[in-house]
Amino acid sequence: MAPSDSDSTAAPTEGLTSLAADWSSDQRTFKNVPWGKAMMWIFLLSDTFIFTIFLTAYMTVRMSTTEPWPISSEVFALTIAGEEMPLLLIAIMTFILISSSGTMALAVNYGYRRDRVKTAVLLLITAAFGASFVGMQAFEWTKLILEEGVRPWGNPMGAAQFGSTFFMITGFHGTHVSIGVIFLVIIARKVWRGEFDNNTRGFFTSQKGNYEVVEITGLYWHFVDLVWVFIFAVFYLW
Amino acid sequence: MENVQGQQHPIGIYFKIWGLLFVLSTLSYLVDIYEFQGYLRWTLILVFMALKAGFIIAVFMHMRWERLALSYAILVPPILLGVLIWIMVIESDYTFATRGIYFGGAP
Repeated sequence: MAPSDSDSTAAPTEGLTSLAADWSSDQRTFKNVPWGKAMMWIFLLSDTFIFTIFLTAYMTVRMSTTEPWPISSEVFALTIAGEEMPLLLIAIMTFILISSSGTMALAVNYGYRRDRVKTAVLLLITAAFGASFVGMQAFEWTKLILEEGVRPWGNPMGAAQFGSTFFMITGFHGTHVSIGVIFLVIIARKVWRGEFDNNTRGFFTSQKGNYEVVEITGLYWHFVDLVWVFIFAVFYLW
Repeated sequence: MENVQGQQHPIGIYFKIWGLLFVLSTLSYLVDIYEFQGYLRWTLILVFMALKAGFIIAVFMHMRWERLALSYAILVPPILLGVLIWIMVIESDYTFATRGIYFGGAP
């Protein structure tokens, strides 16, 4: 990376002047950022649009239906020892996902410190949190389908759109989490084997990797957590 | 180490944000438990949501340490989505009203 960064030495690095300078430099725009990270950010930007369109579609059908909308704190309640706990499972899922983001942030930090073992272990913990999140989501879906009788085309509690938007939005998010778990395990294996320390070429791109890959994976993972923040707020708490 | 440029920050800040996210999630959960309704509920939910999202992007995703060229490229386009949401709010109010008038379903 070093030689190509000499282009950024003379230009301002802070404030709006740096913004103008970077974009008008007739050089690469995103200076001091590895291309993989810039591309991940742009992918996440496109994913932001997809998720926002889903959530906006949900908002539209919910606001325009004249049928009563199922009360989410009752639909998603868990009965523990005979007592109904509203949204308990969702709260646990939220805390698990936040914790996985925390361990991910630590993994990125230890990665840049070149602490191979800690990075790999933290990545695996993150993946385990993610897998348990998907497991709880599968439990939630099962309960909703078998016990509450929710279907994408209707449900006994009210507006039919509840099922379709719920399955689409949480399903799409769950798919993202699942892909993230796979992604994390692959990167953890690479870190564990020291592939970022001894310049092993990757099996897919045949490029030499380095610890920036951990940060790029982290961006994806934090984004999954970020989307959950919005789903939690507008789907479960509305 | 010299060759790796990247986001190097003291580890304590991640623990602080982690704790803060736990607190904010608990608070938004409590909004539901205590059954706040109306504008109070919506203000609280959206404020907690925005704070959580902001902390994740700014610290966990390191956006506050990136150059403005990247931050603006990523953070400005989503503002457009506000227009989409605004249009769809108007549209759904209209649909709701027409359904009430023509199908008699509205309360």
